[in-house]
Amino acid sequence: MITQKHILEVKNIKKHFQVGRPSIFGQDARRVHAVDGVNFHMYRGDVLALVGESGCGKTTLSMLLMGLEESTDGQIFFEGNDITRATRAERKRLSQRIQMVFQDPYESLNPTQSIEEIVSEPLVIHKLAKDPIERRLRVVNALEDSGLKPAADYLKRYPHELSGGQRQRVVIASALVLEPVLLVADEPVSMLDVSIRAEIINLLADLRRKRELTVIFITHDLGTVGYFADRVAVMYLGRIVEIGNTLDVLKNPKHPYTKALLSVIPVPNPRLRKKREILQGETPNPINIPTGCRFHPRCPVAIEACKISDPAFIEVERAHDAACLLLVK
Amino acid sequence: MTNRLRTIIRKVVWALFTVLFVLVLNFFLFRILPGDPARAGIKDPRLTQEAIEAIRVRFGVDKPVINCFESLNPIKAGSCTVNPFDTQFFVYMSNLVQGEFGFSFYTNRPVADMLRERLWNTVLLISAGQIFAIVLGCIFGLFAAWKARTTIDYAALLLGLFAWSMPTFWLGIILLYWGSGYGLPIGGKATPGMSSYPAWQQWLDIGRHLLLPTLAYTVIYMGEYMLIMRSSLLDVLSEDYILTAKAKGLSTFQIMKDHALKNAILPLMTIFAINLAYTVSGVIALESVFSWPGLGGAIYDALNRRDYPVLQGAFFMIAVSVIFANLIADLTYSYLDPRVQSE
Repeated sequence: MITQKHILEVKNIKKHFQVGRPSIFGQDARRVHAVDGVNFHMYRGDVLALVGESGCGKTTLSMLLMGLEESTDGQIFFEGNDITRATRAERKRLSQRIQMVFQDPYESLNPTQSIEEIVSEPLVIHKLAKDPIERRLRVVNALEDSGLKPAADYLKRYPHELSGGQRQRVVIASALVLEPVLLVADEPVSMLDVSIRAEIINLLADLRRKRELTVIFITHDLGTVGYFADRVAVMYLGRIVEIGNTLDVLKNPKHPYTKALLSVIPVPNPRLRKKREILQGETPNPINIPTGCRFHPRCPVAIEACKISDPAFIEVERAHDAACLLLVK
Repeated sequence: MTNRLRTIIRKVVWALFTVLFVLVLNFFLFRILPGDPARAGIKDPRLTQEAIEAIRVRFGVDKPVINCFESLNPIKAGSCTVNPFDTQFFVYMSNLVQGEFGFSFYTNRPVADMLRERLWNTVLLISAGQIFAIVLGCIFGLFAAWKARTTIDYAALLLGLFAWSMPTFWLGIILLYWGSGYGLPIGGKATPGMSSYPAWQQWLDIGRHLLLPTLAYTVIYMGEYMLIMRSSLLDVLSEDYILTAKAKGLSTFQIMKDHALKNAILPLMTIFAINLAYTVSGVIALESVFSWPGLGGAIYDALNRRDYPVLQGAFFMIAVSVIFANLIADLTYSYLDPRVQSE
């Protein structure tokens, strides 16, 4: 938090996927509202955790940030510039500044490339470090920073020879080698053993301190959030329903969905266990978004007005926003 | 590195074992079949018993097949009292080691001489056809995968399926019919009397003769390679590492070149090696339609004449070339896919 300038600002971003073709009877094709109006901003060096159940649009949001999907509506500003409709050349330049860690380290590494090829490829593509010795040095640096020490042992190996945790470290190294400003980590630990998860999260926390990274940490597990996120955003059905500083959100959740999520986190101490609030019903189909507040069919405290009006974001505390009608009154 | 060397040696040794097995099988296969050199060459009923015996001695089939093998063939059975070095099996083996394939029952010429030229002709046809089929199939498959689920893709898919399912001989006849209208030669390898012309004109003549059979061969195998390339590439393109590459800023071309093709080509290698085995049977039909003087034609003729030494030699050559091609494919595969070596 050196400068309090927004490094990333997302304004009402939307991504709708078309399902099938338009009907011959003149009806529009059905649409999946994967991301449906998301707003947030980030400061340099911030870590934002994006939490939500599967299918809520977290991954689509990260794809939008990376430019891997084209948004239907809305804008994304990065370092003050609108990058929503970036051209291919601009995108390439951006990919030096924004990098991504994918969810599944078993799938996201090309099996025919050695670790050195994988990690040095971004440098080659962006024509950085043309000198082979310098390139090797940067690759070794990235690998060692990612916790693969000594890096020389790994350079000539192939992905199938590594464990899941090591593979994820390679993925992180190949993202770090470009020295990005913003790192989008899409559920980086969900495919790993529980024992390795903490290591990878600690690694990300270290890297963030060492390299002053801004991190968007996408997860479906509120339990891991407290470890290193500065702020938490809770997503439900394509929208953020609550956003705020981690401690505020975890200790004093405002939105009924956040409360429900928090109440089902396993607590080791039985005396501290509160009554669990199990949400009724399934997540609604993102093709047919409920009217009014999109959470009302499952909300334990919903009132009649929730069926009609869509709640706006309001600041309930300093830097703690939530979208719920009950908070207005 | 030593690990890799050990893998190569192990695979070569296994290939040699397979060849040995084929040799033994090949020997007994033609001893079980009915037929006799005296009947194959001379179809004259006035042939005396002595003359028949003389012919059988000349071809060595008077000897027992193998010692201690009474029931295999009642005419040529041996017994355990027979000297094992004086059996057909031993003579066959020791001759083969010296590169001797025996004499044709029908033409009396050495089998090796007869087949050498034929093999070369077949190799010419197959390699020309396979190269065209692979190159074109890969390009069309790549294009279809690139334009996946568009009209172009569906058209390519339909065409590929159609080409692949056509019977070889049928396509051959159609092409003959069509090609003869354009003055293309309808059979054989060279125009008679061409040998007095300069070499480049002879080659041109062979090329003209090669055109139609190669076209037939290419069309059929191209369909297969195209379909496999397309589906394999579509598989790879949906992998996460393609998305990762995109996120790293690689262009579509770079992704295709460095990530997609390298992985998509792997299943194609296997198909190619397996195809070589089927190729020979396919090529028999093609060679008979186009009267191409290749191995397939030789097999066809020899079968009609019950000319077993020629068949035996041809089978041996085919088996060895298939085993060899598989060995090469296997080794190339382990070079292309690092996951294969470490077992």
